[in-house]
Amino acid sequence: MSTTAPAPSLAVAGLAYAYPDGHQALFGVDLTLRRGERVALLGPNGAGKTTLVLHLNGILEAGAGSVTVAGLPVAKAHLAEIRRRVGIVFQDPDDQLFMPTVREDVAFGPAAAGLRGAELDARVTEALDRVGMTAFADRPPHHLSFGQRRRVAVATVLAMRPEILVLDEPSSNLDPASRRELADILRSLDVTVLMVTHDLPYALELCPRSVVLSGGVIVADGTTQELLCDEELMRGHRLELPFGFDPRSVTLPG
Amino acid sequence: MGAGHTHKLYRDGASPVHALPAHCKLAAVFCFVLIVVATPRTAVWAFALHAVLLAAVAATARVPAGFLLKRLLIEVPFVAFAVLMPFVAEGPRTHVLGLDLSVSGLWGAWNILAKGTLGVAASVLLAATTELRQLLLGLQRLKMPPLLVQIASFMIRYGDVITDEMRRMRIARLSRGFEARGVRHWGVLAKSAGALFIRSYERGERVHLAMVSRGYTGTMPLLDATTATRTQWTRAAALPLAALAVCLLGWTL
Repeated sequence: MSTTAPAPSLAVAGLAYAYPDGHQALFGVDLTLRRGERVALLGPNGAGKTTLVLHLNGILEAGAGSVTVAGLPVAKAHLAEIRRRVGIVFQDPDDQLFMPTVREDVAFGPAAAGLRGAELDARVTEALDRVGMTAFADRPPHHLSFGQRRRVAVATVLAMRPEILVLDEPSSNLDPASRRELADILRSLDVTVLMVTHDLPYALELCPRSVVLSGGVIVADGTTQELLCDEELMRGHRLELPFGFDPRSVTLPG
Repeated sequence: MGAGHTHKLYRDGASPVHALPAHCKLAAVFCFVLIVVATPRTAVWAFALHAVLLAAVAATARVPAGFLLKRLLIEVPFVAFAVLMPFVAEGPRTHVLGLDLSVSGLWGAWNILAKGTLGVAASVLLAATTELRQLLLGLQRLKMPPLLVQIASFMIRYGDVITDEMRRMRIARLSRGFEARGVRHWGVLAKSAGALFIRSYERGERVHLAMVSRGYTGTMPLLDATTATRTQWTRAAALPLAALAVCLLGWTL
């Protein structure tokens, strides 16, 4: 990498972590995401995907190795800034949306960062606009459909203008239409995206690049189509394509 | 508006009472209740005047009497024991309709009934004219400890989620042929309650994780700081001030 290139959105180096009960989940993970990239993080259940995600904004503290977000190392001293830069969308929108109305929920992050008044309102409107939920600002989250709640959950982190958007199983529990709507939204954003998913066709559709995490290490890193076509790799790490789906047959847009 | 937290207790409207800021109304109701409690129980007419005051507020808020009276039924289990007092209290006794009743017991029962009813009526009016969300913001503005306000607001947010979870567990039980009939099945219900508690607890942890991820450090940012004007405070004070006049009359007459 040349010295003039901007710092990568995310740089994970030699990250290892063991839970307090002694169970080691990560054994030296190396992962770099350039600015604006959309990358899928694939892997079987129990591979350490969630553990890795929780390191990205400092919820878990690295046992060894380092995590750097746009040049800023994840450390106690600037956790607030790290959490603003790393927007995590959790799997269950009911966990993510905890305020009484959509507007207040989207405002929560920026308000915690000190934004007030008209500036805050503008930020909220902008974030809701990007996910097409402006009309629902005054609704309580539990009165929305699941797909709408997922979109609002994305807005809650977009409102913080994150450097990198981390999505945990974004397509889970969505009907095909909501799934496509969410894909359209994600494609329209110009942020770096790391998407944890078991939904391989979705990864292929949205992410040009994928990495496979298995047994606490990155075992593969390449273009999504290549990885999905590598039958040996897929079988070796409990990754399976849906019935009748052939990644070779898919023509990806530009 | 309409789609907000339209709780069953709330009655949407555009009256002057609805328009008052929540913290003014909260303070007014609180003072009113204190004054009612301070009114001497022997001044029976004073309580009638208090009730007239409340009726005037209800009329201004366009809350129909039937709505108010139905909501008042919530009070019944709490005042049930007041009915017992004339029978069990000591002291001089009197005869009403052939029943042997204690005089001090009668006064005691009247005291609880009148003050309780007025207090509940005031609260019902407050709930009917103020959205739940606004009530919480009002409490926050009145410097209620933020932790308590947070707990209350999470209760509202997750009440439906947990009720829904409970409903799903019930359907799962029914689908496997279980129906609670009698004491022998209470064990199963108790285990369901335990499972629900664990699930809610774990959800609490996930919610906390999501909050911390968005920069939560222990306090909720106060978003819209609506302040009340002098006129609004004056309007809200009308009820407790009128009640105070009644109360003072009750003590002097």
